[in-house]
Amino acid sequence: MPSQPSEHEVRVLSRRFGLPNSASIDTYLANDGYRALEKALKEMTPDSILEELKVSNLRGRGGAGFPTGMKWSFVPRQSPKPKYIVCNADESEPGTCKDRLLMEYDPHQLIEGILIAGIVVGSHQGYIYVRGEYRYLIDILDRALEEAYARGYLGKNILGSGFDFDLYTHTGAGAYECGEESALLESLEGKRGIPRIRPPFPAVAGLYASPTVLNNVETFSSVPPIIVNGGKWYAELGTPRNGGTRLFVLSGHVKRPGVYELPMGTPLRKLIYDVGGGIIGDKKLKAVIPGGSSTPVLTADAIDTPLDFDSVAKAGSMLGSGAVIVMHEDTCIVRAALRIMQFYAHESCGWCIPCREGTNWLKKTLTRFHSGGGREEDIGLIEDLAKNMLGRTFCPLGDAAAMPTIAFVQKFRNEFEMHLAGQPCPFEKHGQLVGA
Amino acid sequence: MATVYIDGNRHDADAKQNMLHVSLSLGYDLPFFCWHPAMGSIGACRQCAVKQFKDEKDTKGRLVMACLTPALEDTRISIADQEAQEFRAAIIEGLMLHHPHDCPVCDEGGECHLQDMTYLTGHAYRRYRFQKRTYRNQFLGPFVNHEMNRCIQCYRCVRFYRGYAGEHDLNSFSIHHTVYFGRHEDGILESEFSGNLAEVCPTGVFTDRTLGQHYTRKWDQTYAPSICHSCGVGCNISPGQRDGIVRRILNRYNHEVNGYFICDRGRFSYEYVNSPERIRAPLVRRGDEREVIEKDEAVKIFAEMLGSGEDVIGIGSPRASLEANFALRALVGADRFFSGFSTGEQRLIELMLSIMQTVHVPSLREVEACDAVLILGEDVTNVAARMALALRQSARREPQKKALAARVPLWDDLGVRQVTGDAIGPVFIAFPCATRLDDVAEATYRGRPDQIAQFGYAVAAAIHSGAPPANTDASAQALVKRIAEALRTAERPLVVSGATLRNEAIIGAAANIVYALEREGRSAGLAFTMPEANTCGLGLMRARALEEALESRVQYGTVVILENDLYRRATAAIVDEFLARAGNVVVLDQVNTRTAARANLVLPVASFAESAGTLVNFESRAQRFFPVLPPSDVQESWRWITDVATRRGEFGSWNSLDDVTAAVEQEMPIFRGITAAAPPSSYRIAGEKIPRQPHRYSGRTATLVNISIHEPPPPDDPDSPLAYSMEGYTYKAPASALPFLWAPGWNSARALLKFQEEINGPLRGGPVGIRLIRGDRRGAPEFFSGAPEPVNAPERRWLAVPIYHLFGSDELTHWAPAISSLAPQPYVAVNERAGFRDGAPVAFQSDGATQTAVIKIRSEIPDGVAAVPAGLRETETLRLPAWISIEAI
Ligand SMILES: Cc1cc2nc3c(=O)[nH]c(=O)nc-3n(C[C@H](O)[C@H](O)[C@H](O)COP(=O)(O)O)c2cc1C
Ligand code: SF4
Ligand code: SF4
Ligand code: FES
Repeated sequence: MPSQPSEHEVRVLSRRFGLPNSASIDTYLANDGYRALEKALKEMTPDSILEELKVSNLRGRGGAGFPTGMKWSFVPRQSPKPKYIVCNADESEPGTCKDRLLMEYDPHQLIEGILIAGIVVGSHQGYIYVRGEYRYLIDILDRALEEAYARGYLGKNILGSGFDFDLYTHTGAGAYECGEESALLESLEGKRGIPRIRPPFPAVAGLYASPTVLNNVETFSSVPPIIVNGGKWYAELGTPRNGGTRLFVLSGHVKRPGVYELPMGTPLRKLIYDVGGGIIGDKKLKAVIPGGSSTPVLTADAIDTPLDFDSVAKAGSMLGSGAVIVMHEDTCIVRAALRIMQFYAHESCGWCIPCREGTNWLKKTLTRFHSGGGREEDIGLIEDLAKNMLGRTFCPLGDAAAMPTIAFVQKFRNEFEMHLAGQPCPFEKHGQLVGA
Repeated sequence: MATVYIDGNRHDADAKQNMLHVSLSLGYDLPFFCWHPAMGSIGACRQCAVKQFKDEKDTKGRLVMACLTPALEDTRISIADQEAQEFRAAIIEGLMLHHPHDCPVCDEGGECHLQDMTYLTGHAYRRYRFQKRTYRNQFLGPFVNHEMNRCIQCYRCVRFYRGYAGEHDLNSFSIHHTVYFGRHEDGILESEFSGNLAEVCPTGVFTDRTLGQHYTRKWDQTYAPSICHSCGVGCNISPGQRDGIVRRILNRYNHEVNGYFICDRGRFSYEYVNSPERIRAPLVRRGDEREVIEKDEAVKIFAEMLGSGEDVIGIGSPRASLEANFALRALVGADRFFSGFSTGEQRLIELMLSIMQTVHVPSLREVEACDAVLILGEDVTNVAARMALALRQSARREPQKKALAARVPLWDDLGVRQVTGDAIGPVFIAFPCATRLDDVAEATYRGRPDQIAQFGYAVAAAIHSGAPPANTDASAQALVKRIAEALRTAERPLVVSGATLRNEAIIGAAANIVYALEREGRSAGLAFTMPEANTCGLGLMRARALEEALESRVQYGTVVILENDLYRRATAAIVDEFLARAGNVVVLDQVNTRTAARANLVLPVASFAESAGTLVNFESRAQRFFPVLPPSDVQESWRWITDVATRRGEFGSWNSLDDVTAAVEQEMPIFRGITAAAPPSSYRIAGEKIPRQPHRYSGRTATLVNISIHEPPPPDDPDSPLAYSMEGYTYKAPASALPFLWAPGWNSARALLKFQEEINGPLRGGPVGIRLIRGDRRGAPEFFSGAPEPVNAPERRWLAVPIYHLFGSDELTHWAPAISSLAPQPYVAVNERAGFRDGAPVAFQSDGATQTAVIKIRSEIPDGVAAVPAGLRETETLRLPAWISIEAI
């Protein structure tokens, strides 16, 4: 079930969540479904759609926040090869579980967004690459695809327009790295999930060396409302350069964790205290990870940061995948750093040395450190190993492991020092990282 | 060209290259792992990090990987930058977390790129206080040993094995810090280039398993510049020996021929040199017994057997050097010298050689650059494996043009593969059965040899209307057109053919295709495979055909057979009769062949490892090889012959190889220039010969103390500019006389980069081989007239065609245990319509003799064709192709 709606929400993408049979095409059609597609096919041109997208200030919801309209415009109009649309549904960033809801409760919205991308770039084939652990979502998606084919929204001559499009689901290979766009393409081609080099970018040489548009589930799902209501309308929901709403995933020590759709630029304070109902046990806030496990932690004094890409960047972190992880005063920061590093050490793809060896070494060091076996020089070592990854690895997974680690050490050095007494962790009772 | 700055020094650089390539070419010591000069950059190891500055004013800079940084105008990097140095040392520290530090017991120790790079970065102390990771190793067959714990995960092995050599049974498995390189399960590596893993791997994961059986450190071996004797490609090799035992063979870089890689037959063939079946002393037949005799006595008997010389003939050998063949020819007289080629082979070889005068024959480097290829009637992998590896690269040329068009430089291996995907260029193969290159062929044509010839003629006619027409079946017409179009529109079209199918018309057709392209104004290459090390050289001698002697019915007084087992050249019945007919049979050979067993006098002949001489490869490149083993009781054929001639007061002035080589050149104009293929024995650097031993060679004063406490002087070597010594200089040695590679700080095979003019360029120090045929009789040669009409197969008969096996068909490697363990058992391959069961024992008749084998079902073989392996040990030689009947037994 989606979380209990909050009065503060502005429900654009999630507005069908909670309707009976929300995943069915009938519910979808009864609630504006495929109107955007119809409009795109009958009233708009690829250029005018692109224009709306650019005006909308929609930025990628997968993590990097790249302007979507611009990304689509990079695909060459003429290509001797087929062009592909790929939807990144590998959602594996710790703290993040928003794409799951979009697929579970409104799969047709996603399909419609993908179709519009197909119209814009002249593609006739697409894949939804779904995280392996989301096996049950593939069934839901496949059912939705079947319905769409049956009603003529997929397949040949869609809505009599002459536009053809085929869409398939594909199971993920069970690795976080397969959510990185280029590794995803490798994996989709049946190869090991290791990243590719850029340039050439997917827009030029992506899937099967062909021009490819690759976006996150939420990004595609945002497209139909933009087409129906206009780019300007969407842009005005958010802050300058950060159009629309997004699904924030609130987890950790809050009273009402959940997935909430809020306008871009909603202040962190509002999210935690108004939407999330405040901190469990009314404890003091210690730290917030604002955009998924790979983003640098913020301290409690950043509580008034507006949650849009640019403001969070100014505060020294990233909005990333929109997963906000809240930690109260009883949380052991070393434990948090360790838990995150366990993840990255496990998920490093093994291609480049600094990440492959660095994450594992960090995991071991943090484990021993946390249980009281640390040495003073270990603090410097942890920072040093992380810095050797930052900006120096082959793909951004190295950065994703390095950035939070560096932030933890730099912002909470005292907590690291507290672990040096040769005793087990001084936080007797660990706060549970709910949902993380 | 671009101007670049490295640590403030201004340099001209090749703008098509990356900064690692440029820095290394300029002599900077910049460490690397994953980059390979033949395979480009992948940016995985991060070892080549340097600081890059935007412009003159930028003092902050940022770390980049040199191997991923194009050498564009005004690129500025610093290798010496503190931060870059610290990062590079940290990379090594990362590798050392799990590397076992077992150098003292590791076969790679002392020639390990990881050791060199560790030293180069200055990393000495690691801060890691945890356990090391361990892996399970695999059995990978007789050639390559596997010790995964040493792996640094640089991905070089899989990139070579899969990406370059095109085989699939080695891969990387698992993720994070437990990535594993191996097979999906234990088993023999399937690639015929697997031995290169030992040189490609920067550490001791993949090592030479045969070396491991008689292990000696790199620095403790004696080396020589040599030429592989296992086929006609003529790869350059460095055999290493100690205590008279050849320990291994290393690739010796020749940018025109083998580059960085050799095949497994070449690498592991050396084992036969150490075989107990070698003939080590002269043997004379007395009644039914063979007695060992002294060298002098042997020469005396040999001289007596030659008598007046009137009824003496000599039989040469395509596996012996020019000098050996020439000496025999001089001894018996040109008109009594027979080539020693197999029945029917000589005509084909002479035909190929005459065609080579009229076309451009590409070196393997040029083959790699070709962008459209037709292989007509040849199984290149099994006959000339290294050429097949080059052709595999040709298949990538056409797709690579797309990468260039997308402005991805060719050194960017990942980028290129992303743009090209799995695309292959226009490579076409016509052969009766599947070949190991079919996976890079756009299309294949299957047919009997006569149909393949017709097919080739048809391609020529489709390219140029003046070429004689041919009858190909209608089904092949579309393919003919496609091939003609591909060759005509290519920038560098290439035709490859050979004598394997023993079909003259195929060779004519190959020539016609090239002639047709030339008439269309395209310049095309034509490469013929040559089955043996000196097929081309012997062919150029234009000796009489062996069959003339075998079938002449003349009673020869003495037959002198040079390094040749006649039982492999003709059917047993013919050879038996011939040998019985001869008064005396003198055999000079290395191993106890069936022919040697029938001889009255056997003289022990030096192997490639014990001798010097000149070989001519498939492109007519004359190359010199030098001995790695010191003089012993075995000696070169030409020296035995000189000894006997001297005794008889003939050609008395031959004292060393240089004299014989000079005589070849003088006597036979076609060989003009061969003396320049390598420096003469009088060559000196600073008054010294070139040392065969690294300067760390240990035990010099100790190895012989059990015999005498006085250290003997190094053995004399009158035939080469090399010394059995560690004194002297290799650094400035001419390329053709470079025994091993070592440079300060570069103990591994990567020392090569200190000897190249630039990365992938020629070696410094002169030519490596002399091309004898320059294709100068070009112009518009006459087309060969049309192919003979195809024949119809008689009822229940099959046309048996010979199929070569890289492991199994070569004679001397029968005595090399690792290679011979991979040779197939005798078989006859037919398609399922022949009505036999796979594995069924059968008997087949050819030339009146019956042989047994088992059936192999290969569905791609055309009806009416049976493929029979050629040259396997202890199988009878057949005169192929021949119509055979097959009966189940
Ligand atoms: C290690 C790593 C993991 C990633 N995982 C995901 C993921 O699970 N889902 C996703 O949408 N994007 C993920 N991304 C981001 C993608 O690479 C890519 O930027 C995104 O899918 C593009 O879509 P967008 O422009 O719509 O955001 C990941 C990136 C990295 C570096
Ligand atoms: S940083 Fe390197 S090892 Fe880590 S996931 Fe990316 S490519 Fe793989
Ligand atoms: S086995 Fe050798 S070549 Fe392969 S990845 Fe490991 S160290 Fe590199
Ligand atoms: S050599 Fe440049 S990254 Fe490996």
